[in-house]
Amino acid sequence: MSESAPSAPPAPPKRPRRAADGLRPLEGPARASAYVCEAVSCLSAQSHDILLKLGEQVSGAGLKDVEVKRVGCLLLCASGPLVQIPGTGQLFSNVRPDDLDAIVEALADVTPGEQRAPEAPFFSRQRRIATENSGRIDPESLDDYVEKGGFEALRSVLTSMTPAQVREEITRSGLRGRGGAGYPTGLKWNTVAKAVGSPKYVICNADEGDPGAFMDRSVLESDPYRVIEGMAIAAYAVGASEGYVYCRAEYPLAVSRLRKAIHSAGRAGYLGLHILDSKLGFEVDVRLGAGAFVCGEETALIASVQGGRGTPTTRPPYPAVAGLWDQPTLINNVETFANIAPIIRKGGAWFAGIGTSTSKGTKVFALAGRVVNTGLIEVQMGTTLREIVFDIGGGIVDGRAFKAVQTGGPSGGCIPAEFLDMGVDYESLVGVGSFMGSGGMIVMDETSCMVDVARYFMDFCREESCGKCAPCRVGTTQLWILLDRISHGGATLDDLAQMERLGAMVQRTSLCGLGQGAPNPIFSTLRYFRDEYLAHIVDRVCPAGVCAIEPAPVPV
Amino acid sequence: MTTVHTFRINGSDVAGTDGQSILAVATENGIDIPTMCHLDGLSDTGSCRLCVVEVAGSSKLTPACTTLVSEGMDVSTTSEQLCGYRRTIIEMLFLERNHICAVCVANNHCDLQNLAEELKLDHFELPVIAPKVGIDASHALFAIDHNRCIMCVRCVRVCDEVEGAHTWDVMGSGIGVRVVTDMGTPWGESTSCTSCGKCVQVCPTGALFEKGRSIGEGSKERRPFLPYLKNQAQEPELT
Ligand SMILES: Cc1cc2nc3c(=O)[nH]c(=O)nc-3n(C[C@H](O)[C@H](O)[C@H](O)COP(=O)(O)O)c2cc1C
Ligand code: SF4
Repeated sequence: MSESAPSAPPAPPKRPRRAADGLRPLEGPARASAYVCEAVSCLSAQSHDILLKLGEQVSGAGLKDVEVKRVGCLLLCASGPLVQIPGTGQLFSNVRPDDLDAIVEALADVTPGEQRAPEAPFFSRQRRIATENSGRIDPESLDDYVEKGGFEALRSVLTSMTPAQVREEITRSGLRGRGGAGYPTGLKWNTVAKAVGSPKYVICNADEGDPGAFMDRSVLESDPYRVIEGMAIAAYAVGASEGYVYCRAEYPLAVSRLRKAIHSAGRAGYLGLHILDSKLGFEVDVRLGAGAFVCGEETALIASVQGGRGTPTTRPPYPAVAGLWDQPTLINNVETFANIAPIIRKGGAWFAGIGTSTSKGTKVFALAGRVVNTGLIEVQMGTTLREIVFDIGGGIVDGRAFKAVQTGGPSGGCIPAEFLDMGVDYESLVGVGSFMGSGGMIVMDETSCMVDVARYFMDFCREESCGKCAPCRVGTTQLWILLDRISHGGATLDDLAQMERLGAMVQRTSLCGLGQGAPNPIFSTLRYFRDEYLAHIVDRVCPAGVCAIEPAPVPV
Repeated sequence: MTTVHTFRINGSDVAGTDGQSILAVATENGIDIPTMCHLDGLSDTGSCRLCVVEVAGSSKLTPACTTLVSEGMDVSTTSEQLCGYRRTIIEMLFLERNHICAVCVANNHCDLQNLAEELKLDHFELPVIAPKVGIDASHALFAIDHNRCIMCVRCVRVCDEVEGAHTWDVMGSGIGVRVVTDMGTPWGESTSCTSCGKCVQVCPTGALFEKGRSIGEGSKERRPFLPYLKNQAQEPELT
């Protein structure tokens, strides 16, 4: 791809580099830097205090050439607050604001060009595309983003590619939607581009409601400009003029960073009328979701953006043909948009070279549960579960035995140890009865009861069901009652058979993906852990010791 | 110019025009597909799922009321599995709240009752939910007993689409959903309600009823003032 076509408009003038809020800017170039994570999980553990105190102590120690900088997520979230010295690769975890001497000393010792410490496997096994800037730039600084190649892709698209060429490049990359189902992104863009109607809309789905998932939040908090750039490229490719980011209100930091980013991108000419002096006009606005899981479903999301109650409607018509205000609408997930700029910069063929035959690129997962290293990981498609759990995740805590990994959230399933060597991609997960979902990955050991896991997810679905269609509204509650009965030891084998019949019926007849996916945790746990169900029913024991089994009734 | 599509329902050839639903064509051809939320004259929501049918070539079931006909499609409405699913849906609706026909104003005038009979539902197997839900009798003429509501939202639609008042809407989630008047204020205090009674007229069960009617007296045909809304519970012939 030609990086600078002859007609490329001049880059906006560079403003002097500012350090993060509350810190004095450096006078000269920095010899060493300390990156303090200010994504929400570290922030909530006082990382902003750490930033300010570290700044004070660094100047107190007379280190005039040391920069202290706010950055986005440093990935190892559970060990926060995190501070990194990028020059040496040293990472300080569980930092306390009153105990910063070690960091100041390390900063004093940094000599530029020094050998980097070998990275821990948690980092070295990852492949970072969507999160490439996360923890490396100040998320609120447009200059930082531009310095790392930001908006280069948008510029080259506007100056040297036709919309059709952009869509072709995305199709060539093999990128598939990261919001769950893995629909080919290029195909979706082509459908919207061909759909008749004006104006067209681009919506970024940042509703992220799966329990335990926080990939999209992290991308928005750490690198909001990347999502905006992806959306602007999409707008050019499909002919849209207005965009919305639908973000849940529970993510105030992501929303505020996004709003700031939209504002400063607009002032710098990356949004608005005549973007980068081209014909493209594209505005982005933020819409807040009120925390209903079902509002992540695209038709419910559109109803919610329109100001209505967020309930799904039957498809077809698909949003690509008749979406927001009945106009053609492109809906993609945050992570999908975050992959767009790198694909344009490095080419679709480069992206298609990563991953497996059907699933290209990388996937960000929120690794949680009973593993040593919990946090955010981005791995190549096709990485095995064993690598994820044992190399990146550092194995099971307390040296216990691995039991299963849950993916796909409330529509997903539990994958047992026999599939640890399976490479993770869209097809393989479905093959073992689970689902990619948005990227939650919960590792479980022998202390987890599978009946309890299924019951937990069914409880979630029954509360989050929008109540529109009978099979989901009533069925999820009835399935939950049956699971509850099993977990208390009060069920019969007939109840189990009935639960399987009912689950199949809910799956087949529900209106939207929530109801259709809700019985999946039951089916996948039954597939691999039926003996646990039988233990609860027949022997009235919970093998993992989680469920409170009631004593058998005494015959009179 | 309208395009005509020929296709098959249950093996017989039928024809429908562009924009017609499977349900409309089936009805024209005397093929009965059970429905509950559907009412001629109101928009379709595809929410009760009773009218789901199989279309050859698709693994998914699709509601006949919202699926438009297309050339050459092969629709099947009566497989044993579909009938089983429909029976389960009716069973679910009965078990979700508190339906005791013997003391209901709509006894013998009830779509739910009729469908249960039609689908040969003779016993319940699934767990009973029946939470405690309320009654709103604050309106001078009408009352709503949420125990008998099956969330077909016909009242919401008729109020919005025909009367234009939009008094009714839906609130809550899961089995906690309720139809509400004026964002949840008591019906009697509603400032948007015109007391036209359309909602009562279209209610398929005894959830919405005229005050003063006793058990079994909730016939919707006594005052047929919504002739354009068809297919409500067929009244037995008076002899
Ligand atoms: C119940 C339900 C919840 C969903 N939640 C989300 C969500 O939180 N974020 C998301 O991106 N997609 C979610 N989806 C998927 C969206 O409907 C849609 O497929 C997706 O945003 C498309 O983007 P993609 O093609 O980039 O994946 C959900 C789907 C269902 C059925
Ligand atoms: S499946 Fe559940 S969430 Fe989806 S429309 Fe039906 S009731 Fe609502």
